[in-house]
This record gives sequence, C-alpha cells and structure tokens, in this order.
Amino acid sequence: MTQVTDRVLDTPLELHPQVALRPEPFGALAYHYGNRRLVFLKHRDMVTVGRALADHPSLAATLEACGIAASRWPSFAKAFASLTTSEIVRER
Amino acid sequence: MSAESLVAQLKHGLDAPICLTWELTYACNLACVHCLSSSGQRDPRELSTDEAKRVLDELHDLQVFYINIGGGEPMVRRDFFELVEYAIGRGIGVKFSTNGAYIDAEKARRLTALDYLDIQISLDGTDAATNDAVRGAGSYDTAIRAMDHLRDAGFVERNGPFKISVVVTRHNVDQLDEFKALADSYGAQLRITRLRPSGRGADTWHELHPTNAQQRQIYDWLMANGEQVLTGDSFFHLNALGDSLPGLNMCGAGRVVCLIDPIGDVYACPFVIHDEFKAGSVRDAGGFTEVWKHSALFTDLREPQSAGACASCGSWNACQGGCMAAKFFTGLPLDGPDPECVGGAADGALSQVDVALTPRPAMDHSKPVTLTRKLIPVAGN
Repeated sequence: MTQVTDRVLDTPLELHPQVALRPEPFGALAYHYGNRRLVFLKHRDMVTVGRALADHPSLAATLEACGIAASRWPSFAKAFASLTTSEIVRER
Repeated sequence: MSAESLVAQLKHGLDAPICLTWELTYACNLACVHCLSSSGQRDPRELSTDEAKRVLDELHDLQVFYINIGGGEPMVRRDFFELVEYAIGRGIGVKFSTNGAYIDAEKARRLTALDYLDIQISLDGTDAATNDAVRGAGSYDTAIRAMDHLRDAGFVERNGPFKISVVVTRHNVDQLDEFKALADSYGAQLRITRLRPSGRGADTWHELHPTNAQQRQIYDWLMANGEQVLTGDSFFHLNALGDSLPGLNMCGAGRVVCLIDPIGDVYACPFVIHDEFKAGSVRDAGGFTEVWKHSALFTDLREPQSAGACASCGSWNACQGGCMAAKFFTGLPLDGPDPECVGGAADGALSQVDVALTPRPAMDHSKPVTLTRKLIPVAGN
C-alpha cells in the first residue's frame, strides 16, 4: 500500500456537509452541491462506509465497524483518498 | 470498474435521472433560428405554479440532484423565482439557461443571493454580427449586459463561475479561443454544445452545422481544452477521430436524462420533442415517477441497442453511432450512422433524403412572422 492510502486509513473523515449520496444499481452517485461535482461510486458498501465515517475515529475504524474484510481495505483507502481530492469527503 | 463498464451499467438506466431538463415555458423574447423547442409564444396549457411544485416534490423524493431549467426564456414566467427558490429549498440544485434579457442589476443581486444556483447565458458569437445572425438583433448586447450585471453583483465570487453557453456552428467555430477568453475575462466557464436539427434547427441545420473539416477542428480544440470547458458530453460522435474526449461516451436519453416540457410532457431528451419520443406526462396517474420508471418508451431505450448498419464499422465502440435526435430529424434510420459521422458514412444516405418528408417537431410555438421588418434596399432602386 502506498503512503497516501496508509495515511488516509488513519485519518478521521466525514462526508462533506454539501454532499448527497444516492444508491444506484451499479453502486451509488455522490453529488457535491458546492462544487457541483458528480462522482460515481462503484460499490454500495461505499455508501454504508461514507455515511458512517463521522461516527468513528478513522477510516480504518469505520471499515472495521462496517464489517469490510481487511483484504478490501486497500481499494477503499484508494477510493476515499480520491474522494478527499474531489472534496466529497473531508478531514474533520 | 472501468469507464466502459460504467457506461454499460448506465445504459440500463438509473432509478432516477442524474439531471433533468425542464423547459418552463414556450414563451420567449427571442426567436433563435436553431431553437430546440421552436419557442416564441406561451402555451395556454403550461403547468401552473402548483403543478410545477408537485413535480419538484417528486424530484426531491427521487433524489434528483439538480435540474436544468430552460425554455423558451424561463425568466418570462412570473413565478420563476418562486419555483427556483422552491426547488433549492427542497434540495434540488438549479442551473438555468437564459438569454439574459431579464437580468438587470436588481435581478442579478437576487440571483447571486441564492444558494445552489448556476446560470448559463446563451451566446453564439463573440461579436454582435456572428451572434445576432442566429439569435436576433440586439441579443449580443443583451447577453453582455447581463454578464456585466452578474459581475457587478459578485455572482462568481459567491456562487462560482456562471457559464457562457455556445452552440457551435459553421460560423462561430473559429471563435472558440475567443469564447474561452471572453469567459475567462468574467471569471466564467465556457460551455459548448453540439447543434441539433431539432425544433427550428430542423430548418437551419443544413446551413449551420459544422463542415467535416470543422468537426476535426472542434475535436482537436476539445482535446487541447476539454478539461476546462463543459460540453454536456454532446460531442461523443467525434470520438471516432481518435482518443475519447472527456466525459461519458454515450447517449443518455431516457437512461440518465430526460426532458419535461412546459405542458408537462416527458420526452427522452431535450432534442426530441416529437410524439415518437414522448414517454408520458407528469399529469398522468403516477406522475413523473411512473413515467421515468415504467413508461414503455424508456423501458425500451434501456434495452441493448443494435449497432445496425454501423456494426461492421471499426469505430462503433468509439462513437456509439452518434445522436438519436440528429438522425431522426434529418430523416436517417436510428440504427445507422449519425448525419455528422466523421467517417462520412451518412453522406450518401443524407443526400437521398427528401428534406420535405423528414419528421417535423411535435409543436411549433414560433411567433407569427411579422411584416414590420426593415426592407432591404435593392441595388439600383
């Protein structure tokens, strides 16, 4: 795993308050009302994790609480690192 | 998931549109020669304020993120601000297209004060002569004045860049850099879209649409500048020229987008106001939700589409056969090449079409032609 994704696992995150998530057959859509970015999330579990972020001390703790298998953590870390860049998710 | 498999998923349709175009009125102060909805005069059957609010309630329940409001000129409606404020209050972002005629200093301040509002000012030339030939006398000055008011009201600082929205034609294609510079000078963002042979555009498309050489020019310009301009992903037919342009490479009609017209009829996209592409009405039992989820037309559009005559062409994966509306209104078969196929595959068929027999738009709200135009002096008289 790269340093960036390692760091994001330890980071306390939350959904940006201006973001809405909408589950879809392929995963989910995330829309940021502030910067008007639309992002495609490729798995429904991203919604579950995304909505739980603010209740846990880090992304890793959130993944654990949501019952995400450890083998999938790297791909979640990568996805949330990218969502931080597009401001869908932010550090708290 | 790769971009390609995402597109494959989207073609099966979504539980609700990502965004939706809603033409609020057929009334317009202008009479642009390429108007997609043949607008001019209000239709007496247009949705009332209450009916429009019930539709917004449905869109809220469906979690539609934002709507593109257009017309006609949407600001002509007396309840324009009431509906926009109602939509935003229900969590639906609003983008609206306008020619700017009703954006004075006071309205610019009022628009600036709204959250989640985005504005697209239509402009089809970077000089009055080029623009007004398509959009009518005085329309260039009107658009510039509106943008000046938005600048003075601090719209960009508060809400982010408004958009300058350009329909690319044979006559303005050389101005793309100038449009970009104009947008930059206001802190605005440029949006360019494809000319469609829809509405009054059916009558002017043959004279206005870019030549084959100009299509290459648009493609090259978008490859160089595409990340900074918006296109509504409308130029995907150009992908057959090489690498894919930024954006979704697919027709979203009835799958991820649709149109609600001023009288509440629901069409597959803003470019196909014709009975053949009418899925139902928001006034039907079950409202918009029922039309989106279960109408026969939309169900059919979400089935795998045949490549038809394009199946043997190596570029089909790149261009997907192009735009359904462009084929339909130029009289071409829907399972064949786009009239602007960059490989020239439609040129033969297009020259065989009897223009008088091509499908006509469902409705024409154009204003009656007045005979008060200035007479053109004839040499020698």
